Amino acid sequence: MSPELLTGLVVFVLASFVGFEVINKVPPTLHTPLMSGSNAISGIAVVGALLIAGTQDWNITSFLGFFAVILATINVVGGFLVTDRMLQMFKKKEAK
Amino acid sequence: MNNTLLTGIELSYLVAAALFIVGLKKLGSPATARQGNVIAAVGMLIAIVATLINQAIVSYELIIVGIIIGSLIGAITAQKVAMTEMPQMVGIFNGVGGAASALVAVGEYWRLLDEGANIGFDAILIAILGILIGGVTFTGSILAFAKLQGLVSGSPVTFPFQQQFNASLLLTFLVGSVYLFIHPASPVILLALVTLSLVFGVMFVLPIGGGDMPVVISLLNSFSGVAASVVGFILYNNMLIIAGALVGASGLILTQIMCKAMNRSLASVLFTAFGSDTSGTGSGETATDKTVHAIDAEESAMMLGYARNVVIVPGYGMAVAQAQHTIRELAEQLEKMGVEVRYAIHPVAGRMPGHMNVLLAEANVPYNQLYDMDDINPEFERTDVALVIGANDVVNPAARHDQASPIYGMPILEVDKAHHTIVIKRSMKSGFAGIENELFYDDKTFMLFGSAQDVVANLVSQVKQLQ
Repeated sequence: MSPELLTGLVVFVLASFVGFEVINKVPPTLHTPLMSGSNAISGIAVVGALLIAGTQDWNITSFLGFFAVILATINVVGGFLVTDRMLQMFKKKEAK
Repeated sequence: MNNTLLTGIELSYLVAAALFIVGLKKLGSPATARQGNVIAAVGMLIAIVATLINQAIVSYELIIVGIIIGSLIGAITAQKVAMTEMPQMVGIFNGVGGAASALVAVGEYWRLLDEGANIGFDAILIAILGILIGGVTFTGSILAFAKLQGLVSGSPVTFPFQQQFNASLLLTFLVGSVYLFIHPASPVILLALVTLSLVFGVMFVLPIGGGDMPVVISLLNSFSGVAASVVGFILYNNMLIIAGALVGASGLILTQIMCKAMNRSLASVLFTAFGSDTSGTGSGETATDKTVHAIDAEESAMMLGYARNVVIVPGYGMAVAQAQHTIRELAEQLEKMGVEVRYAIHPVAGRMPGHMNVLLAEANVPYNQLYDMDDINPEFERTDVALVIGANDVVNPAARHDQASPIYGMPILEVDKAHHTIVIKRSMKSGFAGIENELFYDDKTFMLFGSAQDVVANLVSQVKQLQ
């Protein structure tokens, strides 16, 4: 196992614990927005997609990267927008 | 100069990761949730811009076209989707995220093959994980979407030797992986692993029925995060690893909450094809000789209108009939007559975590009228009328006492303790779990048959006449 992989594992495990701590005890009302909001964050794979889509000329890798960019962008843009739309409804009636 | 730029990019990634954590934290509390979502989105924007500045990117045409297409599709779907379709929407978004991760894993491997580089153990391991998790997330989510959308039957699908078939698939995948470790330059094996991963996703969701969807959607949500994390490992990018791990953790927490609300282990949800097994239906067989008290809308309206307090229990049937707006109207009319109206929300009502809350929020139902299971259950004894709309298994008293019942031990909303219960239901068909509900035969229970939307609309006009 390379040192980079080990560092990555350390970061992964620690970040998971942060995630558990930060998200615990979310009220049921927010379950759906939490899910779609965190789902939008998982679209961060777009960074990987950008890098492999833009590094070379036309070949299989950039082609796959291109599709990955489209899919990840759908995930990011759609995810954040739909979460905002949902939370907007929640806001509206709180003001009532 | 180059060094400064790289440091700048790395620092931007750090900022993005921090924003994701803050954003998620704020998403967890009603007052700050919207702000939290915006903060996370800003983090994402920073991450994307920082990546685009990277000098490793030499060709921007494809990227720009890809981003435009993706943004358009994403924005339009997010605006168009009806709130009742939210479970499908979240499902499909999980899927495209997983697919993107899998594509990056394959693409990166292909690049290494093209360059004729010596592909090391780490790279192969990570690529295999990325393909497996991303692929399963993709097809699993697509199938979950199809089930929720009604494109394929929502009931669990089982066939003989299913477990054995899955085990042999898994074995084949393992053998293929080992082969790839020994001969890294085998595109055919790589593609075979991709195909197997896609098949896994289908096999994973196939035996899972509609009522278990909240668990599966949460789990796939978690997978999509882990898949993104794997992309982080491919790129040696800590920000991606962090972001993915956060989503993985959040999905796992929701999965746990959902399993607990059904009193079932994750393993039993995933592997037992709940509801397809008719041998364990418990006391259901004797149902035919029991009597049901049917009631009409006029009488129901009188019961509701002259009650002191009413608790409305919505379920998946409300979502299907899109009856949430009419229900709010009914509640308003009842309140005009001085009836106290509250809503009781079971954690797994509907098809995803928080499904009922979203729909009622859309219909402008005040937040403080929604009660969680633990808060409302002690109140049922003092409730005049419990109005059950399209819910079934989550109000089945058998869960409390019938040890033979498949849902025994599941926490339920104790509507049978109310003075009277009115159940709005299309027919006497059993719910997702495929078991009889003894609540319907209770002497205090009245059945109001019809589609939730029509029946509630009728109730509204009847209640208006009482005033």
